[in-house]
Amino acid sequence: MSDRRRYSQGVSLARINAVFLKELIQMRRDRLTFAVMLAIPILELVLFGYAINTDPKHLPTAIHAEEYTPIVRSLIAGLEHSEYFDISKNIPDAREGDHLLAGGGAVFVIEIPVGFTERLVRGERPQLLVAADATDPVAASNALSRINTIVNRALRKDLNGALAHLQADPGPVEVIVHPRYNPEGITQYNIVPGLLGVILTMTLVMITGVAMTRETERGTLENLLAMPGSPFEVMVGKIIPFLGVGAVQTVIVLLVAHWVFSVPFVGSISLLLFSVTLFIIANLALGFTFSTIAKTQIQAMQLTVFFFLPSMLLSGFMFPFRGMPMWAQVIGEVLPLTHFLRVVRGIMLKGAGFGDLRMELAAISVFMIVVVLLAMVRYKRTLD
Amino acid sequence: MTELAIDVRGLSKHFANKVAVNKVDLQLPKGQVWGFLGPNGSGKTTTIRMLCGLLNATEGEGTCLGFDLRRDAELIRRHTGYMTQRFSFWTELTVRENLEFVARIYELDNRRRCVDDTLDILGLGHRQHQLAGALSGGWKQRLALAAVTMHRPELLLLDEPTAGVDPQARRDFWDQIHRLSNEGMTVLVSTHYMDEAERCDHIVYLAHGNLITQGTVPDIIDQSGLISFRAEGMNVRALEPRIAKLAGVEYAAYFGAGLHICGHDRALLEKAVESVADQGYQWHEIRPSLEDVFIALMDQSGADIRSHA
Repeated sequence: MSDRRRYSQGVSLARINAVFLKELIQMRRDRLTFAVMLAIPILELVLFGYAINTDPKHLPTAIHAEEYTPIVRSLIAGLEHSEYFDISKNIPDAREGDHLLAGGGAVFVIEIPVGFTERLVRGERPQLLVAADATDPVAASNALSRINTIVNRALRKDLNGALAHLQADPGPVEVIVHPRYNPEGITQYNIVPGLLGVILTMTLVMITGVAMTRETERGTLENLLAMPGSPFEVMVGKIIPFLGVGAVQTVIVLLVAHWVFSVPFVGSISLLLFSVTLFIIANLALGFTFSTIAKTQIQAMQLTVFFFLPSMLLSGFMFPFRGMPMWAQVIGEVLPLTHFLRVVRGIMLKGAGFGDLRMELAAISVFMIVVVLLAMVRYKRTLD
Repeated sequence: MTELAIDVRGLSKHFANKVAVNKVDLQLPKGQVWGFLGPNGSGKTTTIRMLCGLLNATEGEGTCLGFDLRRDAELIRRHTGYMTQRFSFWTELTVRENLEFVARIYELDNRRRCVDDTLDILGLGHRQHQLAGALSGGWKQRLALAAVTMHRPELLLLDEPTAGVDPQARRDFWDQIHRLSNEGMTVLVSTHYMDEAERCDHIVYLAHGNLITQGTVPDIIDQSGLISFRAEGMNVRALEPRIAKLAGVEYAAYFGAGLHICGHDRALLEKAVESVADQGYQWHEIRPSLEDVFIALMDQSGADIRSHA
């Protein structure tokens, strides 16, 4: 029977085809993986192509003006016209400016002192004080490098006739910039605290997402469901160990920030720990929710990447938040990392207190509650 | 009247557009061991899952241990032990750690003693520090049985607990089932093994989601009205293709060195036997085995379903 010994030697196209067809079918059956594979390139193109802008404009600016003369008005109008400064507030009190900077409500506080107009007209070069939030050296630098030009241009049409000579060098106004919090513009001061949030997001969402889908994949979920226990008990029990993991990560990042990168820590440690705990729980609950959607561990990982990508790009970690178009900022505001970055940078670099950060903490809390509720609704007590 | 551990009527489960279980009635008295039989996909697992609250019934009412199937699922869970078909304990945990987990979930008092006793009774003591994932099939089943009985459930639901386990381990396992039953536990166990079915007080036969027949093993054999003949002799292998097609022979199958033919019509069967009488086989009538009955039932219900479709 020579037939029994017959087999094709070398590469068999039929076998390649067999494997190819099998893979194609499997790929098609795993809808979620397929969707994520298509969605990620689209997401990246949109985020990198449209959302990211390294020349941030429309930076929120508060003005503390002691007088409102026509010249001051021209100056303010000129600042707004430049598109770099969004004059969102006129504050009556210089101390409010400090709070706005600390809480992230303003990137610049511009102070126009008493007698500004009078001294300008007399050619005494009055000072224009600009306090800038320099925690992110990139975010404010373009605006600051242009402010002199903007001011001069704003005053040009008022300074004509007899005042025209004031336009000559060195200019009618002396702009004095106070970069706050990170005066030397050290990028690590901004990046390292931010990394805390990025690390926690990446690892914790994935770890809980996978932990629950593992039960589904191995069949142990059926066992768990047949035993007494509410979804809440299961979720809390599952999450607590990872809370510990998050705590260890936090300690490591903070120690490295201090010993290796000499990042200043001017705020309250206990406020930071409280905020970190809130943030960790929000991420763990999100992972748990993902695990109620994903059927396999791989799907859970893919969902994590799908969430992590915008978190990284739209939160203000890699690129200045204010530089993004409005729609991207709206998405960014939904992400807990965005708020956490403001909180952690606020506490460590600016010494921001609870009052300054309450809106950010509230946003993280709302996210957490929504995600927990979603997880409770999605976690089924049956195999239906 | 005896008290019922399970009392359900019209239990049905529909998945998408498939009827997995169709209007099943079950009245299982406390303290008995009932066997659940039927071909793969007959609805055994689905029924068991509905009984312990893992699936919501599409239709039907009833109670399990006196608790309403729909409203009191949490109470049913507390008093029921359910052993899944596939090993579903945690392979990265040791035998003991698995049992401790279960003891905590059920909030057992004297956890340590409970675990020790359970390990002892099931002979798992010397393996308590082994990872569950490293156990062989038989020991895994034993661990699973230990874990689902530790909280002293009133009802034990076992879904093909001995699939893929060697005969010695199966026998040990059944000794444990009878021990638990003697202690007052009600047991519902699904199986494909006829010898296991014969160890049950009562068997229920499902096919295509329908309850086809139930009763004690002798009852079911008697009620079937099936007649069996056994042929022995040289060259019995050549007999089957010829006799299987004759009128009245519903099915023919080899058993060891013999061939069994079964049917419901005695006259036709005897005629079939006579037609091959000259070939030197020894024929004698035998009592149909449970397997004969089930294969006949399977063919019948399959034909019924096909004729309805």
